[in-house]
Formats: sequence, C-alpha cells, structure tokens
Amino acid sequence: MTDTESANLPPPSDDRRTFFKKVLAVAIGTLIVLVPSAAGLTVLFDPLRRKTNKAEFLPVTNLDALPDDDLPHSFQVVADRRDAWNLYPAQRIGAVYLRRNKDKVSAYNVVCPHLGCFVDTAADGSFKCPCHNSTFSKNGELIPGSVSPRGLDELEVDQAALKQGLVKVRFQNFQAGTHLRIPA
Amino acid sequence: MRKALLDWLDDRTGYRAMVHSMLFENIPGGSRWRYVWGSTLVFAFAVQLITGFFLWASYSPSSQTAWESVYYIQYQTSGGALLRGIHHFMAQAMIILLALHMLQIIIDGAYRAPREVNFWIGLILLQIVLGLSLTGYLLPWDQKGYWATKVATNIMLTVPIIGPSLQRIVVGGAEYGHHTLTRFFALHAGLLPALMMFFIVAHVYVFRRHGIKFKEPKRAADTHFWVDQLLKDAIACLAVLIVVIVLILWRGAELGAPANPSEPYSAARPEWYFLFLYQFLKLETFAGEREVLGAIVVPGLVMLILFLMPIVGRWKLGHRFNVAFLFALLLGVVILTYRAVAEDRSKKDYQAAVEMAQKDSERIKDLANRPTGIPATGAVSLLREDAYTQGPKLFKAHCASCHRYDGHDGTGFVPDPVKQPQTATDLKGFGSRQWLSGILDPKKVDSPNYLGAAKLKNGKMVKFVKKDVPDYDKNDLAKVIAALSAEAQLPYQRQQEQLDVTSIKDGRQILLKADPIRCLDCHGFAGKESDEANTPNLTGYASRQWLIDFISNPGHERFYGKKNEMPAFGLKKILDEKSIAMLVDWLRGDWYEPGQPAAAPTTAPTSAPATKPAP
Repeated sequence: MTDTESANLPPPSDDRRTFFKKVLAVAIGTLIVLVPSAAGLTVLFDPLRRKTNKAEFLPVTNLDALPDDDLPHSFQVVADRRDAWNLYPAQRIGAVYLRRNKDKVSAYNVVCPHLGCFVDTAADGSFKCPCHNSTFSKNGELIPGSVSPRGLDELEVDQAALKQGLVKVRFQNFQAGTHLRIPA
Repeated sequence: MRKALLDWLDDRTGYRAMVHSMLFENIPGGSRWRYVWGSTLVFAFAVQLITGFFLWASYSPSSQTAWESVYYIQYQTSGGALLRGIHHFMAQAMIILLALHMLQIIIDGAYRAPREVNFWIGLILLQIVLGLSLTGYLLPWDQKGYWATKVATNIMLTVPIIGPSLQRIVVGGAEYGHHTLTRFFALHAGLLPALMMFFIVAHVYVFRRHGIKFKEPKRAADTHFWVDQLLKDAIACLAVLIVVIVLILWRGAELGAPANPSEPYSAARPEWYFLFLYQFLKLETFAGEREVLGAIVVPGLVMLILFLMPIVGRWKLGHRFNVAFLFALLLGVVILTYRAVAEDRSKKDYQAAVEMAQKDSERIKDLANRPTGIPATGAVSLLREDAYTQGPKLFKAHCASCHRYDGHDGTGFVPDPVKQPQTATDLKGFGSRQWLSGILDPKKVDSPNYLGAAKLKNGKMVKFVKKDVPDYDKNDLAKVIAALSAEAQLPYQRQQEQLDVTSIKDGRQILLKADPIRCLDCHGFAGKESDEANTPNLTGYASRQWLIDFISNPGHERFYGKKNEMPAFGLKKILDEKSIAMLVDWLRGDWYEPGQPAAAPTTAPTSAPATKPAP
C-alpha cells in the first residue's frame, strides 16, 4: 500500500478548534442534504394540503326510471372530475345503489366499508361483497359474521328534488376499515 | 447494551474499519481547497438523485401530460418551483464543476500513472453527465426542449450506416411522441443514473487505492480527511447550493410553451453548455454531407486525445502538451460560445422569436390556470384555440399584406412601406367609438389608417365625410357614433355603454330619422335597406357575427358586393371557421383574461397584444 494507509497516523487531537470544525462540518453537511430533501418532501406531501371537494347533491336519475320494487338497483353518478391538472366534464365518477319503496328512496354507496370492493346484490335484495364475503341486509345493515367494520354507507337523498321526480344524492366516499363514518 | 449491539454489528459487517478508513484517509501535505471539486460533484449528483426522485413522483411522460405535469409541479404544487429549480440549476452547476475538476486533475498531473484507469472512468462519467443533460432537456416537453432535442437526435442521422436506425430507436418511431418521452425518461431516470452510480463507486474506489495526488510542494503536515478536508468540501458544497438557490430566486427554472410541431420556433437553442458545439456546426467546413465531421468526428477526436492523455503524459513534454491542449480546448469552447451568443444578440428576428416565445409561455400559464383546467387533449390545444395568441399570427399571415394593426403587422413588426405598402384600413379598435370618430373625422377619413390607402379614397364616403360631416351637430354625431359602436358589442366598451344607455338610444333614433345625419342614405340599418348598392350594412356593425360574415365573404351584397376587393376567406376556404373566429375575437379584444371567466379587457386592446395585464 502507499503512504495513504491511514492506520499509521494517530487520530487528530480533540482540541477545541477541531471540535468546532467537526460541529461545523456536520452542521453544513446536514443542511445541504436537508434543503433538497425538504423541497422534495413538500412536493410529495402536497396532496395532504389539498381539501377534498365538498360533497354535493348530484342528479342520479329520474324517479320514473327507478323500479318501485324495494330492491337495490345500481346507477352511475356523473359529475365533473378534476384530476391534478385536467378537468374532465361529465365523467362517471362512481355508482350508487338506489332502492325505492313508493315515494321513499334510499341510497347506498356501492363500496364495501371493509376494504373498498364494489358489493354485489342478491335476488332477495341483500348485498354481498365479492372480496371477503361481508354481507349486508337490504337496508345496508351489517349481518353478523361479516368482516366489514360497519354497514354500507347510506347517502343522503334530496327530498325536495324527489318530490319533483328527480333523484339527487349527496355522493360521498368514506374511509374504509373503521367502524366510524369518516369522509374520505 | 448499546456497545454489545454495535460490537455484534461490527463483528458481522466490519463497519468500524470501513468508517475509519473513510474518515481517516491521509491527506498528504494537508487539506487544500483545490481538492474539493470531486466532492462537490458527488454532492451535486446526490442532490439530483434526491430531487429527481421527488420530481419523478409527480411527472407523467406522454405527449399530452409531460408539459402538463411539469406545469403542475412548477406552478400548482407548493415547493414545486424550488424543487424543480434545484434540479434544473444543479444540472448546469455539474457541468461547471466537471470542468473545474478536470482542470485540477490535469494541471496537477493527477491523471498520470498509476491513476490512468481512474482518469478514464472520469471521462466516462463526463459522457454520462452530458447524456443526462441531453435527455433531461426534453422531458418538460416545451418548445425549447422539443426543438433543441430534435436537432440533437437528427445529428445521430450523420452517423454512417447505423445512424437512421439508431435515431429511430432512440426517438421510438419516425416522429416525436409518447415513446420519445418514455425512452428519454427511461434513460434519464433509469439507465444513466444507474451507470453513473456504478462508475462513481468505481471512481472513488480506484481513487482511494492510490490516494490523493498531492500538489507539490507540501505546504503543511499530513492530515486526515476528517475533519479538515471534509470541512472544506462541505463549505464548497454549501457554496454550490447557495449559487443554485440564488439562481432560482433570480431566474427560476423556465418552462416554455408546450411542444407544438406545427408552430415554428426560431428561438430554439441548445442549453448554454452545448452552444459551442452548435456554433461549431454552423462553420461552413461542415456543410452538407460533411456535417458528420463536425458533429461526430471532431468531438470523437477530442475525446480520443483526452483518453490518451495519461499515456502522452508519461513524458514531461507530453504533460505540457496535455495542459496546453486542455487550455486550447477551453479557449475554443469559450470563443465559440461567445460567438454564438454575440451572433444571436445581433439578430433582430431571433430576438423577436425569443420575445414571442416568452409571450406564449406567459400566456399558457394564464390559460392553464383557468377554472376550466387543461383539457385532455393537452395544454397545446389551449394555445392553439386562444384568440390572444393566434390572432396576431393569423393577422400577420393573412391580413397584413394590405391592412395594419396600429401601424404594425399584428405581431409588432412594422412592414417595409415600399415592399409591402399599406393599402387598406388600420384595424386596431375597429368598430370602437374612437375608430368611428376617426373615420367620420373630415381630417382623418382619407388618411391611410382609414380610407386613404384604399381605392375608397376617391369614393362617396370620403366625399360625404369631408362635405357633410362638418355641418353636423357635434352632440348628435357623438350620440350616433355611440349608437353605431354599441352595435359592435365590444367587450372593452361594455362598461361605458351600460352608463350611456340613453345617449345610445338617442343616437339610434337620430340615425334612423336620417336627417340631418344621413348615414342611411347609403347604408342599410335595422331592417331598413338603402337605395345605394354595395355598401356595408350597419346592423350589428363590427359585432362578432358581422365580422365573421364579412371576413368569410366581403363580396356579399350585405357588404361591399361588386365593389369588393378583399379575398373571401371563408367562401374560398382560405381560412377555416375556427381561424376566422379567432381572428375576429382578437380584433375585438375578446379573449380570456386571468380572473375574468367571461373575458373582457376593460381597456381597448393594446397595440402590441404582447402586454400582459398586471397580475
């Protein structure tokens, strides 16, 4: 090996001057790595600072198009959708189950509150999740023995619009995996 | 407990010896500022890796989303301008640091035996950095990167035999598109950084095998890397970072208008560190088929000489040759770069192109920020359908051979009065009160800006204005002008017109009474036909629809009929409907303004549509 072999030299003495240099070197070293990292993390965490859109009543269908059979029927929800820089007008942003009993209409989010699969309906009007077999009554209530932490999320129906024959639903998604209904 | 754990870790990994050998590397002759450049380069690359990763997490490589996602990072994401700025300027700093590192290595003779291999690894790293610059330049998919990279990939065509195939592979097809971006991105964020990391590890490994080639004579006692040299390195890195931050605050990373293959871009230039090569290729020596000499052979020879330096440098004279060659090379680069810049400075059309490019890039920022967002077809369609952007270009191409707009051709350029004389009306503020007052002014009506440049100079209208108008009551005339101008529904007069509802109503009645103000003797208005044929009907005069109809077919009997001399732009399919509408909107000052969804500038359109409204 050459004269660069380090073992021959004693480590530098730890006098005050050296100590100060060490502190300074570490401080500068930390700072110069921190600046680009902080800029990057700020950008990465940007979604946390963006507010989710307020849930609004969206027109789903006419009352006449909904069979009065007290069974759930799936309807698509159409709204303008913003995806980062793009704005797509009138996109199918999701779906709801509607169930009509004469003048009363109930609406449910189609997503299973367990882990977010699209639930199916059975002939008797109950719901079943195809992923982990959670089952729900036709009122959306959780049937014991299911893994879902809560029943299906019922959505608010605009009663004033309903009287005029229009089904409007406050379309909203909720966080999966908890027994609480927390807007997503 | 802690010690036991660390002892175990050291036993299994030997990390203590590694850390020790890293920190206590010997620096013969003491720490020196001239040794810092290698460390600053490692630092710069680390910063590029960090910022590059975060940019990657927000970037979307396709021709409809690349510019859009970079726009989103730069202008919509907090911290985005800083992040992109660091990546943008650190890349350029790396080029300078590379040059400094190479200067120090060659001047100090650190490239000679036993360090030849490491010098060669360094040359490979240089190539990789240049490759990263070249591929990164395209990724924002703006006009500048698009056209500059087009030139670079066309240079590949000069490579004998395999050139065309090579180019097609790199571009991902015959045309630039989605696959150009995915390929460049894969190179920029995948292969090249991986190679870079591999060669940096090799570079540092071989460097440590032979140690620092210290500068003779030794100025001080030997020391360790930790802490004296490391502190100097850290301070140098900090200085680099400060320069980068200052550049961000001063200039910011630019983002031009989105790439548009149908839009000429005369402002295209490579990044400053490639300007010398660009200027070199302008030399006549490399005209035509000889391009390959300038683009491939000469740079290849230079690289070969650099590569042979460690062997040539074995002799004292050889080392001197190497140093002299390096300085000659640098001098050549500086001279060529200077000439490239100086030549562009003296070119008026280049300056105009740069100004136009800046205008477009400012405008697209406002358009993309509209509440309606960017359509799925990409931001480029926003500019293509924007009256403010396209109006001047359309006017220049189709109208300025006869008309003027505030004395120029729409884009701010004043045509030569001999080669391209004005033979028709100046259309700035057409239909506005000011314009109508001008054409009804006996002193102005036969000036070139109204009817003086056209055949109409000797027509009835000029005679009428000169003879009859001086006798009219000034108040009545003003009301008639207000009423006629209201027909145009100009956005910039809307506010005023809401205040003047009564005088506009009065003016209309005076006009319809046709006495004493006798416009309707010759012109049709509000359902009343005139006896005189071939005169423009004043119903909806200068309104959007009126102008669209007029430009489409000025020879229609509603307009000039048989007397018409202007091309029928719509009827003859010279311009499509969209272009005519954009031209009309621009003439009428009817375009989107930031903060005003309905688009209505409060003042008349300025002469040069360049002026950006105050934010």
